[in-house]
Amino acid sequence: MTFGQLPYDVAHLLGGGMLLLSFMLLYQRRVGAVINALAMQGGILAAAAAWQGVVQDAPQLFLTALIAFAAKAVLIPLALRHLLRRLDLHRTVETALGVGPSMIAGVALVALAILVVLPITAGVRAIAREDLALALSVVLLGMLMMITRRNAILQVVGLMTLENGLILAAVGVAGMPLVVELSTAALVMMLLVVGGVFVFQIRERFDTVDIGFLERHRGESP
Amino acid sequence: METFGAILTQVLHLALMLAAAPLVVGVTRWLKARMMGRRGASPLQPARDLDKLLRKTPVLAENASLVSEAAPYAGFAACLVAIALVPSFARGMAFAPLSDLILLAGLLAFARMALALAGMDVGTAFGGLGAAREMSFAVFAEPALLLCVLTFAILAGTTNLDLIATTIRDGALGLRVSLALAAMAMLAVAVAENARIPVDNPATHLELTMVHEAMLLESSGRHLALWEYQSALRLTLWLSLLVAVFLPFGAAPEASGPLAWAAGLVAWLAKMGAMCLGLAGFESAIAKMRVFRVPEFLGAALLLALLAAALLFVSTGLA
Amino acid sequence: MALAPLGAGGYTRSRESPPPVAVLTALALCLGVLVLLGALAVPLGRHRQAGRLVHGGCLIVALGFVAVALTALLAGAPAEPLVLPFGPPWAAARLGLDGLSAWFLLLLGVTGACASFFALGHPPGPARTLPPFPLFLAGMALTLAATDAFVLLLGFELMSLVSWALVAADHEKPENRAAARLYLIFAVLAGGCLVPAFGLLAGNAGGITFEAMRAAPPEGWGAAAVLALALAGAGAKAGLVPFHAWLPLAHPAAPSHVSALMSGAMTKVAVYVLARLLLDLCGPAQPSWWGIPLLVLGAGSALLGALRANLEDDSKTLLACSTIENIGFVVLGLGLALAFRGADLGPLAALAAGAALLHALNHGVFKTLLFLVAGAVLHGAGSRRLDRLGGLIHAMPVTAGCALVGAAAAASLPPLSGFASEWLLLQSLLAGWRVSDIGFQVITAAAAAIAAMAAALAAAAMLRLFGLVFLGRPRSPRGAGAEEVSAIERGALLLPTALTLLLGLFPGVLLGLAAPALRVLTGRPAEAPARGAWLTAGEGAAGYAPLAVALLLAVAFLGVALLVRRRSPNATQRGPVWNCGFIDGPFGPFGDPLAQPSAGGIAQPLRRMLGENLLRARESVEMPRPGETRPGHYASSFEDPSGPLLIAPAAALRDRIAAQAERLRDLTIRQCLSLSFAALVGLLALLAWLEAG
Repeated sequence: MTFGQLPYDVAHLLGGGMLLLSFMLLYQRRVGAVINALAMQGGILAAAAAWQGVVQDAPQLFLTALIAFAAKAVLIPLALRHLLRRLDLHRTVETALGVGPSMIAGVALVALAILVVLPITAGVRAIAREDLALALSVVLLGMLMMITRRNAILQVVGLMTLENGLILAAVGVAGMPLVVELSTAALVMMLLVVGGVFVFQIRERFDTVDIGFLERHRGESP
Repeated sequence: METFGAILTQVLHLALMLAAAPLVVGVTRWLKARMMGRRGASPLQPARDLDKLLRKTPVLAENASLVSEAAPYAGFAACLVAIALVPSFARGMAFAPLSDLILLAGLLAFARMALALAGMDVGTAFGGLGAAREMSFAVFAEPALLLCVLTFAILAGTTNLDLIATTIRDGALGLRVSLALAAMAMLAVAVAENARIPVDNPATHLELTMVHEAMLLESSGRHLALWEYQSALRLTLWLSLLVAVFLPFGAAPEASGPLAWAAGLVAWLAKMGAMCLGLAGFESAIAKMRVFRVPEFLGAALLLALLAAALLFVSTGLA
Repeated sequence: MALAPLGAGGYTRSRESPPPVAVLTALALCLGVLVLLGALAVPLGRHRQAGRLVHGGCLIVALGFVAVALTALLAGAPAEPLVLPFGPPWAAARLGLDGLSAWFLLLLGVTGACASFFALGHPPGPARTLPPFPLFLAGMALTLAATDAFVLLLGFELMSLVSWALVAADHEKPENRAAARLYLIFAVLAGGCLVPAFGLLAGNAGGITFEAMRAAPPEGWGAAAVLALALAGAGAKAGLVPFHAWLPLAHPAAPSHVSALMSGAMTKVAVYVLARLLLDLCGPAQPSWWGIPLLVLGAGSALLGALRANLEDDSKTLLACSTIENIGFVVLGLGLALAFRGADLGPLAALAAGAALLHALNHGVFKTLLFLVAGAVLHGAGSRRLDRLGGLIHAMPVTAGCALVGAAAAASLPPLSGFASEWLLLQSLLAGWRVSDIGFQVITAAAAAIAAMAAALAAAAMLRLFGLVFLGRPRSPRGAGAEEVSAIERGALLLPTALTLLLGLFPGVLLGLAAPALRVLTGRPAEAPARGAWLTAGEGAAGYAPLAVALLLAVAFLGVALLVRRRSPNATQRGPVWNCGFIDGPFGPFGDPLAQPSAGGIAQPLRRMLGENLLRARESVEMPRPGETRPGHYASSFEDPSGPLLIAPAAALRDRIAAQAERLRDLTIRQCLSLSFAALVGLLALLAWLEAG
């Protein structure tokens, strides 16, 4: 399979779409938009898994696709939105590294991924090679997002992108065992992390309120 | 016979573009109004406005120079030549050998320069502000465009628009991630070049937001008509360019007959209608961004285009 | 003695042509006349007609250069160099021309003729500027006509020193003195790098003629050292980043016609030396990566120069910065040619080299035009500062028209000359991916983006220059009283204007003329990237026909004007400016000049978008509090990175070395003697080692 053949082209395009959305995640400044992009990435991941299911004739991949769609495109984004509303977090993204530099760093990471993957997989078919490069890029961009964003929700988003990249790599390789199990396990982990953030954020919230409370009262009693 | 066909398609193409340009603007405005829950003016309104403006007496400022009088014509001529090079319903038009993408960028830069000169001619604050911003946006848009051209040059082996469109239509390239990335970058460039939301708002005269309109404040009558027509032509050109490169299906091949032309025309009209719908939807959904965030927007386009080229380097290295 | 025909393919016309020693004799005669003029100008200095004599002579000689160069390019270069009856002790001096030097001689002749012509009509400057001017021309011509390292370096140093005298001509102003000092330091750096570069090329045998150097191309670390030294030496004279700090200071300090010559021709002579060293004398077998340093420096120069041109508020400094940008473009082309040649892609190497050669010529002409315009504006309106000019299109229509053509060419708009060479350059950058090395591919893609960005920046800078100087309203009383310059000056402006138009319309013809130079640069008989009126890239895949484009534009312009006027016959009316209803204060005949956009205001978007990151630009606004009557204050500034990164450490190093050297003064006589003894022994040991190795 090379360029010009439909199965490869569509898989490649979906991988590229995930990469594009990773960049959009880095580019966005509003938390709501970031969550939307994450949901779209989850949707594309589900489509990629389903397509691989068709191409490789592997029905278990449809299960992966279904789980990915339900959890990543629908449930987790809804939960994050809920969190956002409930905690009334800052709507703007707080960055440790500006949007421009993090985009440039992102392109550099993609270049790195390409340079790393291509020589290693010299004997493999072109389809796996480039998809692997794309998936590694998505993973690296997720990590970049985790280290360059201050907001805890965005760090969760970064982690989810990272996991999306891993699953993309897993479904792209024909004959990989335990794909469904792996992706489910990763999903459970993600849910745990989301729940943890929920708790963590609430505690931090009370802390700040508490401190604010104290500060407010200090001025009255000299 | 083939030469005759080429010349005929070229003439028909030019007439089509001149007729379609006000209509594209009108349709987009109408669709936008409908999406926002208004009734909207008739799609023919821009054409009527142009005719009305043409009949009015132009008033120039006391210290306006020849630049104010000649620039509208010069800019319009450049836009006209540029749009004659972008294929619409048929390939292999008479000017097809000239239709180089770098020349196209140069002609658009010519028109931009004419507009900016006219903006600075009278020495008003708004004119200078608009001119400076317009030129500054181009500083980011042109490299992004050139990297898109690089992507096409690698895929099709040429920078000639007609040949690129033919190569992509033949489907030898398949669906490429690079093309998708280049399409995103080129969309961003098109939005910036046409001064649409989120870069500029074509519908306001609010000082803080305007770029393109700020340069036209001193022109009136036929000069204003020429500028308005020109910006309509530019919008049509960009939409047509995007259609020609990324959705080249259905256009009549080189040296074909009137039947294929008619089919190509229908396909082109449908695709342009879809583009207008997309543009109206995008503009209704999104807000204008601050002026100094535009470099970030176009910088992202630049990086995407660079990524598209880099991915192609990898796959050409693989083959 | 095969100076010109390098390739085995042969160049038939050179065999048919008559023995063109006459060409070289004419060249030698021209050089002699220039030296004579320089000598005559010393006693005649204060005479009223001295300027006329010197500049008239220079004009004739420059036209002679054009004739010589055209003969050499058309009829084939003279195969045998002309042996002069004098020279250094070891051999007689020789003059020769091949395709490459003839091309640059053509550029020198055209630029020199325009500059001399303009100087004829210009009010005479101080007498001390007269003698160096012909010598400056002579130095450049001698550099080009050299066939060995000695004559080349002699001409190069003559050019540097004499132009230093011209930069320092107006030495009453302290900033000019500082500029001249910096200029001299960089000239010394250039010489100090070029001498060892030629020394390395000459090798142990010490053959300083070019053919001896070509016969023994350097290898290994020697070749790398030649590359580094040539880039530093020629780059310092050409104003290549990071050795550009002197250029925006020195070019404006000289009289305008000299600035034109310095920007138009002198920087190109340095580029010629670079091309001669790297693409000719080092032999055609150098590897592909040699192009990369040139690409990086060229792209850096293009970006930095173009950005600075947008921030400067002195018209001549702005033009000098634009020169840095264009030198960057030429060096980009040369770097690509080196890389393509190394990768055995002959036609692409010819494309890139053609872009470099054509851009050198085009830039030489339009930059001369623009500097002469700046001189005319200085003469007619009394200032170079953009914030003191404005509205000159009414008072100086001819100058304004010429300026518009020059600015449009510098902004690389079709169908003018700048666009033709820019098109070739971008096409060769877009072909960079054909070198199958992913690192190089990414570098060329980045360089292509930077080149496009620099071209757009140049357009913004040229709009700013033309808009602030010629459009709008006068910004000072002196500017309001401006008058058109004299007929001779107008003629001198019209000459390069016409040339700019012609060069833009017929680049194909010029590239045909440049075929001998292309052969030198690509090391083989090369097809020029042109076919008839078309410029072509690659295997006929893309083309640009400037004549057709110009014709289409003209037809469209006239047709639209005709049709629109038929529909809309009303004559234009004049009325007060609308300006959104804002009414200026009653300051002068044209209202308050400060209500117009200023140089700093037009620069503001780019200063914020790019300047803050690349040039550490800052701006501060100090607003009076409500109720206060003092004016608000706005200030902006920027700092070129070469200042803190190169100049400051170099100055600190110099101070440290000076402090160390001070200690030598306290040595006893025995220590002094042992020092010189150690130096002698060391040199002898080096000689022994070299002979052994």
